[in-house]
Amino acid sequence: MSLWKVAWRSIQQRFLVSTLTVVSMGLGVALVVAVLVVYGVVYQSFHRGGEGYDLIVGAKGGREQLVLNTVFYLSQPVGNIPYDFFEELTIGKFAADVETAIPVCMGHTYQGFRVVGTVPEMFSELKYRGDKSYEFAQGENFEAENHFDGVLGATAAAQTKLQIGETFQAVHGSGIGGRTHKQTFTVVGILAPTGTPVDRAVFVNMYGFHDIHHAESLISGEESEHHDGDDHHEHSDQIKEITAALVCIRQLPPGRTDVVARAINNGQAAQAVVPVRVIADLFEGVVGKLQWILLGMAVLTTAVAGIGIMVSIYNSMSDRRHEIAVMRALGASRITVMLIILMESILLALMGGALGLLLGHGAIWACSSLIAEWTGVVVGLLQFQTIELILVPGLILLAAAVGYLPALAAYRTDVSKSLITTP
Amino acid sequence: MLFLKELVKTFTQPDGSVLPVLDIPEFRVAAGEQMVLVGRSGCGKTTLLHVIAGIGRPDSGKVRIDDWDITLMPEAECDRFRADRIGYVFQTFNLLAGFTALENVLLSMRFARGRPDRDRAKYLLDRVGMSHRMTHRPAQLSVGEKQRVAVARALANKPQLLLADEPTANVDAGHQQQILDLIHETCREENVALVLVTHSDEVAEQFPRVDHLDDFNRSAVGYVQKDEHDR
Repeated sequence: MSLWKVAWRSIQQRFLVSTLTVVSMGLGVALVVAVLVVYGVVYQSFHRGGEGYDLIVGAKGGREQLVLNTVFYLSQPVGNIPYDFFEELTIGKFAADVETAIPVCMGHTYQGFRVVGTVPEMFSELKYRGDKSYEFAQGENFEAENHFDGVLGATAAAQTKLQIGETFQAVHGSGIGGRTHKQTFTVVGILAPTGTPVDRAVFVNMYGFHDIHHAESLISGEESEHHDGDDHHEHSDQIKEITAALVCIRQLPPGRTDVVARAINNGQAAQAVVPVRVIADLFEGVVGKLQWILLGMAVLTTAVAGIGIMVSIYNSMSDRRHEIAVMRALGASRITVMLIILMESILLALMGGALGLLLGHGAIWACSSLIAEWTGVVVGLLQFQTIELILVPGLILLAAAVGYLPALAAYRTDVSKSLITTP
Repeated sequence: MLFLKELVKTFTQPDGSVLPVLDIPEFRVAAGEQMVLVGRSGCGKTTLLHVIAGIGRPDSGKVRIDDWDITLMPEAECDRFRADRIGYVFQTFNLLAGFTALENVLLSMRFARGRPDRDRAKYLLDRVGMSHRMTHRPAQLSVGEKQRVAVARALANKPQLLLADEPTANVDAGHQQQILDLIHETCREENVALVLVTHSDEVAEQFPRVDHLDDFNRSAVGYVQKDEHDR
């Protein structure tokens, strides 16, 4: 019979108190787990967005605003940059260093989702989350020559319930009190979920995006002589500005990203930011501190639950002094009885830990569809954060610390006196 | 087998005064011998058993068991020695409530030097007539059954000395003789020396040797030195 079994029997013997102690510890651990997982989700959600390209080139202004607007489709655009400058990236002085440059235009929404004007290469040449290629759950990418075609991010498609072949009209501005443009776009593709902000946006052909106002003029009979919706070249000539460009830099020789960024920033026309750095700064500055506060509170809760274990075992010591004395009389050493109490504490903490992991992950899993909808990050039941690995040794240490006092009481039990006392 | 020499044990009372309990010039029990120790309540019988078992340390003197003076042993070694060589039957059985009858016997083996021997534990429980109650917990056993399990537990590690502290005091009259016979027979079978404390004349008269603690304990109130008494 192992000492673990002896400790386990003692736990069984005090079933109700042990259960309550385990539940209390479980709730504390569940809170820690939930904070860790939510932190992981927010971290991924933050960092995934800017992983498909090296630079964002946009109007001079706040670099955080540029990233929030271009990567997360939040806030308002800083401004626009001339299309001529974009051509510096593709065919001009930066072309040697630029592998891909994708223009993006903003300023319209549809049912609260940002409408982004771009080119088909956004989905055929850019990657997301490192090296993943965009895939279409339904339909296909829009063609450059079809100006009024668009594709939907997975979440945007699910929430707007737009199907392939259906049409929609963009709203000017943020959508609150904005004017609905008469020009319609046709859905030709629905992207597979990416777990990035792309899921929460609507993408249309950049030329159509710019043609919205002209098309409305056509309908109302203005400028009818100047526009023909099917003529790609004529429209492309009319694009004077874009909101930003997503740029992939050739990494030979290495370190060219910073060189290009510096060169752009030294000029007057635009600014270039490395999105992963800005995101990391934003995350640490805003979410990072909050995470430590939440984690601190969760750890405090677990510590209180740990003290609960100590109180539970310590309170039982007066009843168990006789039992300990009997074990000592049977030949158990002081160290042995001390170990039994410590093991009991560790078992309670580990059971609480297991319950907490189950509760924490269960709760997160139960909310996974909501989390996926809000952040695009899919959380599985068994998706653990690396930092959770410290939970087990952490709980053992906590249990050993809180079990020490009652274990010491067991160690100091006066056998002769306790045996004479009738149980 | 058991030899006590100039054994002194005192207790400090709450008011700070010292209460002498044991002052035994000499006491011997031979290997395999069965003897009874009698005396009035509070004369130090249980304290003497505790000192012999190494549960309580004497102030001075020797406690030799099989040429080992347990008063010279470090506490941990003394604990192990007790587990290996001394069996103890308590008046109040002292079975551990969370364990079955079999587990109570196995637990005693756990603290000794060898590995727990399940077959011997079962044999002993069978020997004391408890084979049908092995998986029962103490709360599910009668008083007599509890003491029988306690006897099996005391013999688990093949001790050379069995200390029994009023083993029949809490057992009903119907089971008293049964317990006594059991202790008698098993000690004889395993050649275990027995020191049995009792208040009962009925119990005492069944043993060939009956010692009165007051007769050889100089701390006893009524102690009279033998040579003076003889004079």
